[in-house]
Amino acid sequence: MRNPAITAVLSGLLICWAAMVAAFEIEEDTLFAGTGTGGELRILSTTDTGIFAPLLRAFQATRPDVSIRYTVASSQEVYRALYDEGAGYDLAISSAMDLQMKLANDGFAQPFRGAAGFDWPAWAHWQDRLFAFAQEPVVLIVSRAGLGDLPLPRTRQDLISLMRDYPDVFTGRIGTYDPTLSGAGYLFATQDARQSDTFWRLAEVMGGMHPRLYSASGAMIADLQAGELVMAYNVLGSYAEARLDADAGDVIVALEDFTLTLLRTALIPQQAPSPELGAAFLGFMLSPAGQQIIETQTGLPAIDESALAAGPHLRPIRLGPGLLVFVDPLKRERFLEEWRAAVQQPSDQP
Amino acid sequence: MSSARATSPSIRQRLVLQLVVVAALLSGLLYLSVRTVADAAVETTQDSILGAATTTIADELRGGEDGIEVDIPYTAFSMLGAIGQDRVFYRIMVGNQTVTGYDDLPAPDGTASGLEPRYYSRPFRDVDLRIAAVSRTVLVQGRAVEAVIIVGQTRQGQAAIVANMANRAAALGLGFFVVATLLSILTAGTVLRPINRLAEAVGRRGPQDLRPIHRDAPRELAPFVTALNGFITRLGGALSRTETFIAEAAHHIRTPLATVRAQAEIALRQTNDDATRTALRSVVRAVDASARSAGQLLDHATVVYRTDQRTDERLDLGALTRDIARAFEPTADLREIVIALDVPVDPVQVTGDRLLLESALRNLVDNAIKYADPETQVDIALKLGDGRAEILVCDRGRGLSGVQAQALTKRFQRGENVGDVVGSGLGLTIVNEVAQAAGGSFDIVNRKGGGACATLQLPLS
Ligand SMILES: Nc1ncnc2c1ncn2[C@@H]1O[C@H](COP(=O)(O)OP(=O)(O)OP(=O)(O)O)[C@@H](O)[C@H]1O
Ligand SMILES: [Mg+2]
Repeated sequence: MRNPAITAVLSGLLICWAAMVAAFEIEEDTLFAGTGTGGELRILSTTDTGIFAPLLRAFQATRPDVSIRYTVASSQEVYRALYDEGAGYDLAISSAMDLQMKLANDGFAQPFRGAAGFDWPAWAHWQDRLFAFAQEPVVLIVSRAGLGDLPLPRTRQDLISLMRDYPDVFTGRIGTYDPTLSGAGYLFATQDARQSDTFWRLAEVMGGMHPRLYSASGAMIADLQAGELVMAYNVLGSYAEARLDADAGDVIVALEDFTLTLLRTALIPQQAPSPELGAAFLGFMLSPAGQQIIETQTGLPAIDESALAAGPHLRPIRLGPGLLVFVDPLKRERFLEEWRAAVQQPSDQP
Repeated sequence: MSSARATSPSIRQRLVLQLVVVAALLSGLLYLSVRTVADAAVETTQDSILGAATTTIADELRGGEDGIEVDIPYTAFSMLGAIGQDRVFYRIMVGNQTVTGYDDLPAPDGTASGLEPRYYSRPFRDVDLRIAAVSRTVLVQGRAVEAVIIVGQTRQGQAAIVANMANRAAALGLGFFVVATLLSILTAGTVLRPINRLAEAVGRRGPQDLRPIHRDAPRELAPFVTALNGFITRLGGALSRTETFIAEAAHHIRTPLATVRAQAEIALRQTNDDATRTALRSVVRAVDASARSAGQLLDHATVVYRTDQRTDERLDLGALTRDIARAFEPTADLREIVIALDVPVDPVQVTGDRLLLESALRNLVDNAIKYADPETQVDIALKLGDGRAEILVCDRGRGLSGVQAQALTKRFQRGENVGDVVGSGLGLTIVNEVAQAAGGSFDIVNRKGGGACATLQLPLS
């Protein structure tokens, strides 16, 4: 699932070329060549090409004439590319809801009307500019083997007690996002802090355990599987679901006090060279067929109101102006400072 | 009869129209006021939320030794998402410097007013913003510094709510208008009912009904009813005076004429002087003519009076014809004329004034006998056919000598054929008027083989 053979042309040269032209940092750049002269759909995304490829190909099956250039960058870079550099993309997909919200709020997104009868849940879009196409819980992953006889934590309170009572087990073997490096990590941390005061206690206790800090979920999962981590806090549920092996004793825990639910969002940038292609692809993603493919072939959970209703602990991060608060540079600075003070204890500093 | 009278638009229509116009105006007013109030209410609500958000940020400003500390609370912005999905912009200024936010967001004119938020609307980038500004003084390094917090928000949510309310207000106004219109129609009906009842009551009356109106009329109609009653009383008085006058006039003319005629007859018998006899005979003749004229004039006056004051009854035309024919037997005998009757045995029902019909028939038979040759036969027939009865009076005499019936029915119009026959020229006028009043018709034509044939048609009842 994670490494499907990419049949489209993947050109290493192109990556170099693109990296030279764009000031923002690109991780992957893939061209899915079309048959004819339907133009080129340019997508800037934080989601790995491997995950998105089935959806891209399904779209290309309906529009064989359209070539798709799929560019992957970090959420900060996606934001910077559009906000500061006015990069020419027809669709911007990101897991950093706050940055996407900032783009939409500041007028960097075009309206999308959708086909007749298109009706998206109110919590899954903001105005007609920002649309969520996937929802996924942010989870705790635990290595059963590493935990030994200790009980699985079910709430953050459990987690705090567990770390306090058994520091030997957890010291140096807890992983979480570094919010200073990762947009998603920053979003999760700020939303955690907003949801409950336990976050700061958790951060402090975790800080006492000398946690390992990551910039991506994938690395945390890999380290947990390698036995280097006992637990990783705030991991993207879809990645964990796809890669963790229950037989090996790795457990995904959706904490019961609350579990943030991230919405992956897409917008059509104001300066899109062919916004009609962006709109076509967005419409396809949000259509029942597109949602079906997202659910079954990309491993990302589709937008599903009933799933939220079934899990009372699931808290979708609200798309709204509240998210803008954390994008404010002063606010960000303050928050990260506080976070550092809590997590990086004096003994860490050289 | 009165179809030619031009009628002005009905009171009911006018009343309903005016009430509907008033209802439409009030509905429009209702719509406008609901809209205005809703608009103001939503704006005030939005403003207070915006103001609260701004104040919340201001409350979190802290002074200190290393400068001002800004910590925008999450709730400050999340509450702005409460009403709709509006775009939010903010700017925090210390002194004249923008510390954070959008440095092109319009600042309030003049100095900010203190902790009470100040609201203003400004265009910003591609949108129109409603902006709240709050200023606060903070101590930085022991010096008082003024900080201004500006938060702007688009008003799409408000516009949507106002549009929604406007729709409801429109529906409300329309509903009000419909109800008011229905009520107007109802009210017009109620208000006009007494007038309609009065008009009906007056219209229903028979022509001879001259009783005053005793119906309860609304106060506004009382003068009208009083005037009408006075008019009816005067009309009744005038009519009865006319009746008395006609009867008295007939009496006063006939009585002295009869005396003159009797004296002349006696004198005629007592004298043998031829010249005197001739003179006396012409006196008798002139008296006869005068008496006839007076009689016919009074008959005609009676006919005119009674056509206005008809007392219709159901009567048997056959019996009536027979009676008249019998009454004329002696006169006919004098000229050795035979009256031949052809009248059905079964009753022939007509509705009409007995006096008028008798008068008409008498004049027809009188003419037939008068203008017939002696020793002839006068045929009186009563025939029936599609809803009409037809009385034919035919004689064998001098005929009409080419004069048309139309001319003969004129008043005082006698034919050229009259010779020495006494007459006034009113007989056929009476017949024609009776025929008209009864809804029938009259005609007189020459009879084949000599003489004249008069036809009086009447509707059967
Ligand atoms: N049966 C008839 N035969 C011939 N002429 C007639 C006959 N009836 C009426 N006329 C003509 O019509 C004229 C009008 O008739 P009408 O009865 O009105 O008047 P009148 O007989 O002359 O007078 P009176 O008023 O005394 O009856 C008559 O003068 C006569 O010339
Ligand atoms: Mg006559």
